Amino acid sequence: MQIDSTRNYFELFGLPVGFEVDVQSLTERYRDLQRSVHPDRFTNATDRERRLSMQQASLINEAYQSLKEPLKRARYLLELAGVGIDDGSNTVMDTTFLMQQMELRETLGEVAEQPEPLVALEDFAAEVESMINDLMSQLSSCFSDNSEQALNTAHGLSLQLQFLYRLREEAEEREEALL
Amino acid sequence: MALLQISEPGESTAPHQHRLAVGIDLGTTNSLVATVRSGEAGTLANEQGEHLLPSVVRYVENAAPVIGRQAHEDAASDPHNTISSVKRFMGRGIEDVRGDAAGYEFIETESVPRIRTVAGDVSAVEVSSEILAALKQRAEQSLGDALEGVVITVPAYFDDAQRQATKDAAKLAGLNVLRLLNEPTAAAVAYGLDTGSEGVHAIYDLGGGTFDISILRLNRGVFEVLATAGDSALGGDDMDAAIADWIAEQAGVGLDNAYVHRRVIQEARRVKEALTDSERASIKVELHNSDVWEGELTKEGFDLLIDGLIKKTLIPCRRALRDAGVTVDEIMEVVMVGGSTRVPRVREKVEEFFTRPPLVDIDPDKVVAIGAALQADILAGNKPDDEMLLLDVSPLSLGIETMGGLVEKVIPRNTTIPVARAQEFTTFKDGQTAMAVHVLQGERELVDDCRSLARFELRGIPPMVAGAARILVTFQVDADGLLEVTAREQTSGTESSVQVKPSYGLEDSEIERMLRDNFEHAKDDVEARKLREQQVEADRVYEAISAALEEDGEALLNEDERTSINACLQAMKDARDSGAASDIKRAIDAADKATADFAARRMDASINKALSGHTLDEFKDG
Repeated sequence: MQIDSTRNYFELFGLPVGFEVDVQSLTERYRDLQRSVHPDRFTNATDRERRLSMQQASLINEAYQSLKEPLKRARYLLELAGVGIDDGSNTVMDTTFLMQQMELRETLGEVAEQPEPLVALEDFAAEVESMINDLMSQLSSCFSDNSEQALNTAHGLSLQLQFLYRLREEAEEREEALL
Repeated sequence: MALLQISEPGESTAPHQHRLAVGIDLGTTNSLVATVRSGEAGTLANEQGEHLLPSVVRYVENAAPVIGRQAHEDAASDPHNTISSVKRFMGRGIEDVRGDAAGYEFIETESVPRIRTVAGDVSAVEVSSEILAALKQRAEQSLGDALEGVVITVPAYFDDAQRQATKDAAKLAGLNVLRLLNEPTAAAVAYGLDTGSEGVHAIYDLGGGTFDISILRLNRGVFEVLATAGDSALGGDDMDAAIADWIAEQAGVGLDNAYVHRRVIQEARRVKEALTDSERASIKVELHNSDVWEGELTKEGFDLLIDGLIKKTLIPCRRALRDAGVTVDEIMEVVMVGGSTRVPRVREKVEEFFTRPPLVDIDPDKVVAIGAALQADILAGNKPDDEMLLLDVSPLSLGIETMGGLVEKVIPRNTTIPVARAQEFTTFKDGQTAMAVHVLQGERELVDDCRSLARFELRGIPPMVAGAARILVTFQVDADGLLEVTAREQTSGTESSVQVKPSYGLEDSEIERMLRDNFEHAKDDVEARKLREQQVEADRVYEAISAALEEDGEALLNEDERTSINACLQAMKDARDSGAASDIKRAIDAADKATADFAARRMDASINKALSGHTLDEFKDG
C-alpha cells in the first residue's frame, strides 16, 4: 500500500484545517497514533506489516513536525492552497525588509566588538524575537481572512519569517562561539 | 534495582509463549547482558558471579579466542593480539583508526581495516561479534533456552556506519536483533520506569570511549527524545591516555613500545579509579629494561589533566539543549550514565552546568543494559498491553552531494525516526543519462568534512535537455536509525536504490563468508542453516498472520478472503514441514502477497481507532 496522500496532515490528526492549532491536542493525538503504528508494535509481524508500519510512522512524524511549528504549518497551509510553490526564487522581497535585514546582520557581525558582547547579543536576540512575534500575528490574521490576496501576503510574510529564523539561528551560533 | 536469582536451566517459571529476549550493552570497556524475568529486569552473571564482561578479546594460535577478564589480564603481556576498546574502530576506515591505533597493526583492505593477530587478521566487527557471542552463551546458559531476540544498545551519536557495523557483528554472532537502541534512551527507560517521573530529563552518558547527551521528555509512558548530541570518540579511555601521557612525561620516556604502553595505560586506569575516593594515588610502573618509575598524582593534578576533556562534553550539552528548544531551568533531572561519570570532577562540572546535582543512584554501569532488557521484553511481545513507546531521533544530518562539493541536507539532525524525506534533483548536462548519488552524514557544508556513507548511480535516465529530468531522491531512516536511499526519475520511472551499506562496512557476501568460516564443515552446514532460517521465518510469519486473523479476520475480511488466506497458510505450513528452503521461501512470499490488502486495512483500522478515542474524549469534554 502506498501512503494515503488523499488525507492531508490535518485530517490525519482529525483536526480542522487552519493556522490556529491546539498544540497540546495535536501532541496527544500524535502520541496515540504512534502508539498504534510505530514499528516497535510490529517486531513480530510479517515483513509487509513492518514495512507499512515504518511508512505510516514516518508519515505521522512528518505530519506532526509540519503542524507543530507555526512557520512550517504556515508553509504547509500555503502549499495546500497552492500559493507560492516556486518558493521564493522569483519572489520580489520587500525592499524595506531587505534593508532592515542587512542592518540586523551588520549589528550581529559587530556584536563581538561590543564592550559586553553577551549582553549585546541578548538585546539583539530580543529584538529579533519581537519581530518574529509581530510577523506571526500578521500571519495569523492573513490566514483567518483566507482570501487570495491575504494568502499571497501570507506567503511574503512566511519568507520574511524564514529570514528571521535564520538570523536567530546565527545569533545562537554566535552565542555558542562566545561562551 | 533488584537482581533476580538465576533459575536452573530448563526450569521455566514463565507463562506460555514467553519469548526469551535480552538487552545487551556492548560497551567500549565492559559489556553486559540483562533480561526481564517475572517482571523484574536484572543483569546476568557468569559462573563466577561477575556481571561485567570486559570488552577484551585475545587471539591465540590454533585455539578459540579468550574473552573477558582473562583477556584483559593478558593485555600487558600480549598487547598485539589482545584487542580492547574495539568499539572505537567500529564502522571506521583506515584513516580514522590510524591516529587512534593504540599499538595495533592495522591492515588496509578493500573494505574494512583489519587488525593483525596470530590467529589471522580480524575486523572490528568480528572482534565485537566474539564479545556478543560470549554474552549470548552466558544468557542461554543461565536462562536455559535459545534466545529469540536481542536489543543491542549503541551510543546515540553513532553514525550510520557504526550502527550498521554493530548490526553486522550481531548477525555474525547468530543473534536476531529486535532493535538497536540508543544508550541514553535505554538509561531513561530503566530510570523512568523505575521512578515514573514525568517531564524533561537530561541523560549525560560518559562511557569508556563515547559521550552522549540526550534531552528527552517523558509523558505517560512515551519517551520522546527531543535532541541528542555527543562525541563518538571521547570517554574514560581519553582520561587514561591523559594520565599515561603525564606519567611518560614525568618519567621522561616515550610510549612507542606496545608493552610499555599497555602497562602505563593499565596503571593510569588504576590511578584514575583510585582517585575517585582518595585525594592522592601513588604510581608504580615498570618501563623499559625493568626500570621502575614511582610517583604520585593528586586529585587536583588529575582534575587539571581532564578539565579539557570534560569541557569538550559541555559543548554538546549546550547544543542539545538548543536543538531541543529547552532551557537549563526546564530540565527536571540530570541522570548520570556510564562508568566515567564516577569521576568526581565530572559530577562537579555537570552539576555546575545544569545548576543541580545529577542523579547517581542507579549503578551507571548496569542501567543501560537494564533499559535494553525492558525494551527487548516489550518488543518480543511479552507485554502486549504495555503503553511504553520510545520515539528516538537520528543524531546527525543526512544529505546528498550537489554541485561544487557541497552537501545539501535532506534530513536534519534530531529528526524523529522513522522518517522519510524526498528531494528533487535534476540533470545539469544535455542528454545526461546517469546521475551519481553520493550520500553523506554530518553537519558541515563541504563534502570533504562529512562522512561518506554510500555512492550509487541512477542509470537509464532518458536523454533530455539539461534541467528537464526530475529525479526524486528519497531517504528513509528506520527505527534502528539505519538509512535506505532510493532514486527515481519521475518522467520515465527509472529506479535505483541502495540499503546504505556504509563505505567502511561489510558487504553481505563478506558476512556470508565469515558466517561460513565459523562453521567447520562449510557446505552442509550452510544448507542446513538456510533451511533452518526459512523454517524459523515461516513459523514467525505463520504466527503473525494467525494472530492478525484472530484479531481482525472477522471484522476486516469477507469469507472468500479468509478462505484464500487460510489456504496460503496451510500451504506454507506444509512447505515448512516437508519442503526445501526455496519452497518455504516461495510459500512465505505467497502468503505475504495474499495478506497485502489485509495488512493495509489493519493499519488503517488502527489509525482510526487511535483517533476515535480522541473524538470521543473531546465530545464528552465539550
